[in-house]
Amino acid sequence: MLLNASGCLDALTAPETARMLDAFVTKTVTPLPRGGNDPIRIAETDVGMLNSIGLANPGIERFLAETLPFLRELGVPLWVSVGGFSAREYAETCARLEDVTIELNLSCPNVDEAPESAAEIVAACRAATGLPLYAKLSPAAWDIAEVARSVEAAGADGLSLVNTLRGMKLDDELRPVLATGSGGLSGPALKPVALAAVHACFRATALPIVGMGGVATGRDALELHASGARAAAIGTVLFSDPFAPDRIRQELSAELATLGLSSVEQACGIAHGETLPERKHLDVGSRLS
Amino acid sequence: MRRERRTVTSRQRLQVVATECVGPYTLLRVERGRLDPGIPGQFFMLEAPGRLLPRPMSLCLAPAGELAFLIDPIGPGTQALAALETGDSIHVLGPLGNGFRLDVGRPLLVGGGIGIAPLPYLAAALNGPRLVVGFRSEWHAEAAAILPDHAEVVVDPILVTELIEPGFDVLACGPEPMLEAVRAQYPRAQLAWEAPMACGYGACYGCAVEIGGEWKRLCVEGPVLSAAA
Repeated sequence: MLLNASGCLDALTAPETARMLDAFVTKTVTPLPRGGNDPIRIAETDVGMLNSIGLANPGIERFLAETLPFLRELGVPLWVSVGGFSAREYAETCARLEDVTIELNLSCPNVDEAPESAAEIVAACRAATGLPLYAKLSPAAWDIAEVARSVEAAGADGLSLVNTLRGMKLDDELRPVLATGSGGLSGPALKPVALAAVHACFRATALPIVGMGGVATGRDALELHASGARAAAIGTVLFSDPFAPDRIRQELSAELATLGLSSVEQACGIAHGETLPERKHLDVGSRLS
Repeated sequence: MRRERRTVTSRQRLQVVATECVGPYTLLRVERGRLDPGIPGQFFMLEAPGRLLPRPMSLCLAPAGELAFLIDPIGPGTQALAALETGDSIHVLGPLGNGFRLDVGRPLLVGGGIGIAPLPYLAAALNGPRLVVGFRSEWHAEAAAILPDHAEVVVDPILVTELIEPGFDVLACGPEPMLEAVRAQYPRAQLAWEAPMACGYGACYGCAVEIGGEWKRLCVEGPVLSAAA
């Protein structure tokens, strides 16, 4: 299963790309509209790219009234990324949503964090909605497996691993390129970080995992699956190639065939090299059309 | 309401036909393939070999069977593009964004530095428009060779904005201070802006600019905007 990473695709400007995915994940929605951070917002580095968009979004009211109806017309299952600046904000936004999967953005490196822990936010959202809840975690946590266990205990249905890591680039005059100084590092540099996080959380919890971080080829997706991801999501690669989902799918099929595997499920967790207990099922939602 | 607003057109691997030096710039000519050259002022995302992200370039010229782009090799991506050789190939996505409106009575094309890039293709689409362009040095001004012969050229410290006379429909592309100066004088001018962008098709939100109190993506709403916007 292939998804996009939140904030890396606008399904309304690139509907064909969104329709190549098994589910479309929205840019993070917050209770109030946000213009986002001042430019410069993005920078390429030698090992990845930095972004500091700052959760630009129209706010939940306009999202529900003006964006969601058009997203529904895509005929692709929808995941709504939810953000906030307190557990209550997250929960109130979750309560407004219907017939979607929710991904809780618990780890944006470009805005102030909510004061509560990831588990407290998940618990508040669990109380507010019966919809599937995926917790998107930061790989910057000292022990991401411990965070994963805590959000599982708080009622999360799955994990999205990983968000970007905070990084910085300096210009020729040795000043930060991004207006906010630092931003989220994504792309190839993030892949080993994502593999380690998926690997650790797969062993620590029974939750299904959407793996993401530096996936640009079918081989990259295969490695995330092998580490324990049931689904893979692509982000930065979409910026250079809006047709990447089809290509990565084809490459993944070829990789699986080479290994004599008939499905992604068979590849899931093989990096662990031992028989593991039955996992919870990941359902991205059925196609609406 | 946010209706679908398709931006992605076509992406193809295209072979480099030739590269030519024009002053400090490089004119990169690639085969056209199945890509539409689009409207003057629209842009393409060019794969920069060895780099993670493609680079946005407005179409400079559309010779038969080709697309040509003017590259200013100022960073690793544009240097990689300028270093391409005949026979190399790169992925090209486009055309993207909104170009210039061509329904103007008395067009005056204004360009500054690398901002002259879209003007040759724009001039070809209009009926012998007046052109005024400015450069920071005589060396940079050698790039005027790609413009129609009647283009008026000035070099720093003379500013191109000094050549603009009233009564024209101004279509301009150049550095931000030049565009701001044009905007101040001609609220009806069409201005082609530039911003760092990762994708060119509305996905990354990197190129957001404030228009009318709202942040808008330059790649989707622009890059050509009315000066009054």
